[in-house]
Amino acid sequence: MIHQSAAQMADALAKGETTSVELTQAHLDRIAAVDGQVKAFLHVDTEGALAQAKDVDARRKSGEKLSPIAGVPLALKDVLAQKGVPTTAGSKILQGWRPPYDSTVVSKLKSAGVVIMGKTNMDEFAMGSSTENSGYGPTFNPWDLTRTPGGSSGGSAAAVSSFEAPLAIGSDTGGSIRQPAALTGIVGVRPTYGAVSRYGLIAYSSSLDQAGPFGRTVLDTALLHEVMAGHDVRDATSINAPVPAVVNAAKSGDVKGMKIGVIKQLQGEGYQKGVQTRFDDSLHVLASLGAEIVEVDCPSFEYALAAYYLIAPSECSSNLARFDAMRYGLRTGDVDGASAEAVMSSTRDAGFGREVKRRIILGTYALSSGYYDAYYGSAQKIRTLIIQDYAKAFTKADVLVSPTAPTTAYKIGEKVDDPMAMYLGDVATIPVNLAGICGMSLPAGLADEDNLPVGFQIMAPAMQDQRLYQAGAALEAALLSKWGAPILSKAPELKGAK
Amino acid sequence: MSSLSRDDVAKLAGLARIEMTEAELVELSSQFGMILDAVARVQEMDLSGVKATSHPQPLENIARPDVVLPSLSPEDALSGAPAQEESRFRVPQILGEAE
Repeated sequence: MIHQSAAQMADALAKGETTSVELTQAHLDRIAAVDGQVKAFLHVDTEGALAQAKDVDARRKSGEKLSPIAGVPLALKDVLAQKGVPTTAGSKILQGWRPPYDSTVVSKLKSAGVVIMGKTNMDEFAMGSSTENSGYGPTFNPWDLTRTPGGSSGGSAAAVSSFEAPLAIGSDTGGSIRQPAALTGIVGVRPTYGAVSRYGLIAYSSSLDQAGPFGRTVLDTALLHEVMAGHDVRDATSINAPVPAVVNAAKSGDVKGMKIGVIKQLQGEGYQKGVQTRFDDSLHVLASLGAEIVEVDCPSFEYALAAYYLIAPSECSSNLARFDAMRYGLRTGDVDGASAEAVMSSTRDAGFGREVKRRIILGTYALSSGYYDAYYGSAQKIRTLIIQDYAKAFTKADVLVSPTAPTTAYKIGEKVDDPMAMYLGDVATIPVNLAGICGMSLPAGLADEDNLPVGFQIMAPAMQDQRLYQAGAALEAALLSKWGAPILSKAPELKGAK
Repeated sequence: MSSLSRDDVAKLAGLARIEMTEAELVELSSQFGMILDAVARVQEMDLSGVKATSHPQPLENIARPDVVLPSLSPEDALSGAPAQEESRFRVPQILGEAE
């Protein structure tokens, strides 16, 4: 049952062939059996999940009209507030915090009857690309437990790829949904900035953050996308427009006559051979389906990584000022006579990990007087050029494509002491965030040299998210018929699995 | 090659209200040269006449009607407080004894 797609599970629920309680219990059993090795979850809400499942079964029985994925269980990245359930953003500074409110994404999941099984591991405050920066230890890639699942939404990606959950939610500030999707052989989408409410999403870099769906198929991801997106008065940057018809697009999956632009700057040198080969193979498949492949030039993308690692740390140094040990979270050093400032400094030292401190200090530097124009100011101008490059490219192509990440999953510990090497993993995903547009990663096969998953990235203009699903579904179907079985069937069985 | 001394890092850490150990200060200062060199690449392009983008959307202020909506109860608002007293957040002293 757990190996089905979310769409198949939803179908079985609608037909009365199974119940949400049964389905949720099967996934909780899977978590109990394998999560000791994968460590995708920080908190499993067994009781809460079964209560939600029971409730949705009762609603179905009473004849209530339910959402298409009602009763299907899901794993939630620990960056989203869920009332009464521990929410840490992977940080020790929030250990034990139980939010007194639901994020809008959680409210939408609850009203859609989606069962939230627990909170998944992540790089602390979503700062990282490997989940190794979690304050609670790393998550392990189900394809090879000595490797990282990517990050920062590594827990959510590992949960879906290890069949602990059919669906999951992540957040993507510089690639944190697409890159772990690529490294674990699943589908992940970063919707257009403003398409999904950020109310209750613990902020890292507010002009870049966006929550989005993970699934094992393009259609599953679309079903979740449609449930979580939509305008919200509680988020001033939320777009007041209808959600693009992503489910219909995922069902039609057609690229005949579609113009697909290959970004010159996001391939070749610096990309692992097997990654480039699978990417090129996918392009041939798309061409054989009737797509027109063109090359596009985005010269300013060469500076996107540098701009990102100024803009995101600058915004984070401001956003994380809220962790001041006064209203919630950790407080240390509160001894008689200690000043508020001393308590704040002691708490932030004890509660924040290495990478978070590094980025706060970098952001503080980039925003300080005398350096502001040279660093943050220049980065903002590069951002303008990247937006212009995209605008020009989208006059020549309907969607743009690249490999999602330059390499396959790397070993735990391999890059942890070399921040720049780690940052390079985001080189192909970051431009989407800087421009506020949307992107998808879907499996393109396994790299020949290491038999690990490779991700194929598709990008579309703002609020044209349906194009991702239309092209993604077409490629997915063609690759599936070529391979004969879904890519996850090639992943090794996890020990303890039934 | 850019660099940031141990004392520079200590000053920034003070501004960011993070008390750091000597080992942390030394480690960060040793990593910063490389990171600053990488991000300083934003200065390589001719950016004269290019406008800055702070946000992907054209942001505008949005006002809502001035009516009372449900919000957190005092109990809920205080539920995560490290310390509380008489339905308020208890915080360390912010002014000196003499003030």
